[in-house]
Amino acid sequence: MSKDSFLSKKNRMLLSDPLDDNNPITVQVLGICSALAITVQLKPAVVMALSVLVVLSVANVVVSLMRKMIPSRIRIIVFLVVIATLVILVDQVLKAFVYDVSKELSVFVGLIITNCIICGRLEAFAMANPPGKAFLDGLGNSFGYGIILIIVAFFRELLGAGTLYGYPVLEKLGVYDLGYENNGMMILPPMALITVGVLIWWQRARNKKLIENN
Amino acid sequence: MDVNKNSYTFGFAAIMVIVVAALLSAAAIELKPFQSRNILLEKKQNILSSVGININREEADIQYPVFVKEELVLNYKGEEIDGIAFDIDLQKELKKDKNLQSLPLFISEVDEKKQYIIPLRGKGLWGPIWGFIALEDDLNKVFGAVFDHKGETPGLGAEINRSFFEDPFSGKTIFEDGVLISIKVVKGGAPEGDMHAVDGISGGTITSDGVSDMLYERLSMYLPYFSKIKSEMEENINISKIDTLLTFNDKKIQ
Repeated sequence: MSKDSFLSKKNRMLLSDPLDDNNPITVQVLGICSALAITVQLKPAVVMALSVLVVLSVANVVVSLMRKMIPSRIRIIVFLVVIATLVILVDQVLKAFVYDVSKELSVFVGLIITNCIICGRLEAFAMANPPGKAFLDGLGNSFGYGIILIIVAFFRELLGAGTLYGYPVLEKLGVYDLGYENNGMMILPPMALITVGVLIWWQRARNKKLIENN
Repeated sequence: MDVNKNSYTFGFAAIMVIVVAALLSAAAIELKPFQSRNILLEKKQNILSSVGININREEADIQYPVFVKEELVLNYKGEEIDGIAFDIDLQKELKKDKNLQSLPLFISEVDEKKQYIIPLRGKGLWGPIWGFIALEDDLNKVFGAVFDHKGETPGLGAEINRSFFEDPFSGKTIFEDGVLISIKVVKGGAPEGDMHAVDGISGGTITSDGVSDMLYERLSMYLPYFSKIKSEMEENINISKIDTLLTFNDKKIQ
């Protein structure tokens, strides 16, 4: 095995690739369900992104450490046990220290277990790579997931409720005095899909690598 | 070692399960006190919110004794019994026979008026729903109500904890000519001017029906207590009437 430094170009790619060229949401179109459900406001989106960050990077490291011990016939079950354990831990911690947020996220924390990004990374990456790389891959992919979540939530909260992180931005800027009204549509799930769609469109217009030639 | 042998696979699975179980139970035990405190504060917050005081959880802890003056535990006859109303778990009480249930009641004072706050618990579509309904001192008019749920469908039944659903309860009445009618959550919208109905939630009919059933069932348990308080109130009114008559007479004689 080559002994390249921890932040070699190859390893940096593990972090940067999922942000753009190989984004889990906009390119691989994984984890869409949660992206639609919890992006009405910034706060739950940020918490969800952080929860996925913790779960995915730790799960990646754990599975990577055990990759030579895991019997291949029950590997998917092992992944699910590892993910479920971490999710329950995250859920318990949220319930103890940020109760309001845990109520708001309610079922979606549990749904991290079924987030295809996580199972996908464990099977595709952690099972074949050492822990250090797996950790970077987990970080990269959860950043890629989180950044889309936060961008979508930013626009939905700003245009739908006129606030950002609960702070009434538009009111303070005096936009309502000019005759602007909150767009109630932005609060509804379909607009999350359309916002993600617009993001994909913008990304593909900018990043020529993503355009399929057919 | 061959990791694909049957014995290895079974062994691996067994060890994994034991390790995970130990880890999770340790975490659950360690975090339990923090979680219980949140749940306790939320209950105080909900009780205050049913009488129109909306504050955050930490403040609720301080403000609760300011507004809630009395906590009673009643039996099915409406008599006061020993116990701590705040600690009564309705989930357990509802499983008991009606005659054996302890009924918690909170009496608060807001703007120098009394409110009777009755804790509620019932069944929604997927799990339990609960809440508090506050009655004004005539024990008929609703002062306010809050509801919450464990896992009703987001966007449908889960909306029962939103103000657009809760607010219309204020000002409705639960009695009609001395008979308990309670308040019904009506699918398709309550008829205008109906004092015993509020609008249901589209797509959340089973949860809405659950709220109606819960209100009727819980309120009917307090009927003996209500009639006791009402007759006491009437007595007081009669006594004060006699008092005024007496003073009136006294003045005449003088």
